Amino acid sequence: MPDNRAAPTLPKTPTGIAGFDDLTFGGLPAGRPSLICGAAGCGKTLFATTFLVNGATRYDEPGVFMSFEERAEDLAANVASLGYDLDGLVAAGKLAIDHVRVEPSEIEETGAFDLEGLFIRLGFAVDGIGAKRVVLDTIETLFAGFTDLSLLRAELRRLFGWIKDRGLTAIITGERGEGQLTRQGLEEYVSDCVILLDHRVTDQITTRRLRVVKYRGSAHGTNEYPFLIDHAGISVLPVTSAELDYAVPTGVIATGIPDLDSMLGPGGFYRGSSILVSGASGTGKTMLVATIVDAACRRGERCLVFAFEESGAQIIRNAASIGLDLESHRARGLLRFEAARPSLYGLETHLARMHRDLDGFEPRMVVIDPISALRGPAGELQGMLLRMIDLIKARGITAIFTTLRSDGSLVQDDDLGVSSLMDSWIKLQNMEANGERTRTLYVIKARGMSHSNQIREFLMSSSGIQLVDAYIGPSGVLTGTARIVQEAQERSEARRRIQESERQLREVARRRSAIDRQLEELRASLEAAEAEEACLRAETASRTADDADERRALMARRSAAE
Amino acid sequence: MIPPSEAREHYRFRLFVAGTAPRSLRAVESVRRLCERHLCNRYELEIIDIYQQPDLAERDRILAAPILLRVTPAPERRIAGDLLDEDRILRSLQILPAAEAHR
Repeated sequence: MPDNRAAPTLPKTPTGIAGFDDLTFGGLPAGRPSLICGAAGCGKTLFATTFLVNGATRYDEPGVFMSFEERAEDLAANVASLGYDLDGLVAAGKLAIDHVRVEPSEIEETGAFDLEGLFIRLGFAVDGIGAKRVVLDTIETLFAGFTDLSLLRAELRRLFGWIKDRGLTAIITGERGEGQLTRQGLEEYVSDCVILLDHRVTDQITTRRLRVVKYRGSAHGTNEYPFLIDHAGISVLPVTSAELDYAVPTGVIATGIPDLDSMLGPGGFYRGSSILVSGASGTGKTMLVATIVDAACRRGERCLVFAFEESGAQIIRNAASIGLDLESHRARGLLRFEAARPSLYGLETHLARMHRDLDGFEPRMVVIDPISALRGPAGELQGMLLRMIDLIKARGITAIFTTLRSDGSLVQDDDLGVSSLMDSWIKLQNMEANGERTRTLYVIKARGMSHSNQIREFLMSSSGIQLVDAYIGPSGVLTGTARIVQEAQERSEARRRIQESERQLREVARRRSAIDRQLEELRASLEAAEAEEACLRAETASRTADDADERRALMARRSAAE
Repeated sequence: MIPPSEAREHYRFRLFVAGTAPRSLRAVESVRRLCERHLCNRYELEIIDIYQQPDLAERDRILAAPILLRVTPAPERRIAGDLLDEDRILRSLQILPAAEAHR
């Protein structure tokens, strides 16, 4: 996108074509003729008609459609499928359709003449409804009707001058010619603004592109921009900005899987971030995404799912098997599926369609399932994805991409990955061991948050998705039955340990009570000894006293005898 | 060349001119002279100024001016230009020159 700061000095007339007015910073040059050229069937007439219809309905600028090819009724019928009611606008005096029939070589020429008839006719139509916009489609048809080309060229130059003098904003359409933009070199006369429409077929897929070749006095987007023509009219996708200045939405969204939320620091993913879910087929990518979508819809947020491999109905049915009721969300208008085969359009057209759907539905969450289904040259694919992410991020939408490539690259044997464009990356992997397969999940990265670095076993059941801590031990990561066996072993081991320690406790208790018993006995014999000692002491004391008495008695007796 | 019966046919012309530019006046004069000379009394000439009557110009799908329309005899023929080349006009309108008719 060119620099926006170059203030438009040139007055411009909005076309009302989504995207086109952005890339030209306002539309076509007001009061001047612009040339729209391209090969047959590239949408010139439709572009011009849209310009007039939008002018009449949105900007209150009536318009004149001067058709040199299609009759008024054919024109009305052709654009009725886009919801344009030309007849109604004509009846309301906001549009005039004038079919100028030019029969080849119907007119003989002798001497000088001019195209005053055409001028008057155009002037008549313009004045009749006060037109501000004019379309001449395709004025080159005149070249078939007249033989004096130099005279015709002079008259065309005069006509474009006349349009400028009248201040009419005009679209002149021209068929693509050999070696020049238009067959008759109209670009020489209409030199203020030239727009080239193109549709190219690569690998049997058509992509429509638009390029502003020239825009005198104004900045404009110079790239080739893909554009779309479908039931919603014409829309140009201004493929933008390499700038990384998104307003970052704040807040965290829960994934609807509590176990997964607990693996992420803030308890979920950041709103507006891009999340890659990678895994081979059958690892449960779509179901994981369906769960996240279900959670978003439950919060009342609109979700848009671009499904490239399954229909919306199929995803709804499959999600029901894990207990998700997506159908009710769809019925409430919260969930929309846009399913299309990747080969249906070219990459650019896919992108343009997404652009339009994003603007139309204004979802809070977008799912692209899977991006690896998109086919194309690697460089183009990378560029397209970059712009797709830009497109989504610039709107603050949370995006979930799934990919079948487990290494996060786009194409096999190509290291040009998308993973680096993503804020978060969940990897789903099938682990094969012991003759069985188990689903596992890791969070490989999550920008700006702490996250678990552990592998989890991923279980799907009718009650939803559950994550189970995988067994990580000396013999590696164990999942599935190996994990269950290991867990059983651990349980019995634990039981054994408990029993052992109980046994040891009992032993210790027994020993302590034995010691207690011994202590009792010792204390008893101590008491016995003490009692005996006291007894002996008392005996000794009384005997000593007796002895003294006896001695005294003896002495007394002896002294008496002496 | 032309059967005598057709030579006596009645001609109706419409000449569309744009205003009173010299080219228009030349064309009017030239057509009048031609008709008088070769189709005396068996022609009608309607001269229309497309500025005055744009609706008529639109009806007849007039883009160039001056232009001469031969309305009858069918089929319609158109000659654009200032109509000075008398022989060529006679040829393309398939009018027998008076000199030959009198022969």
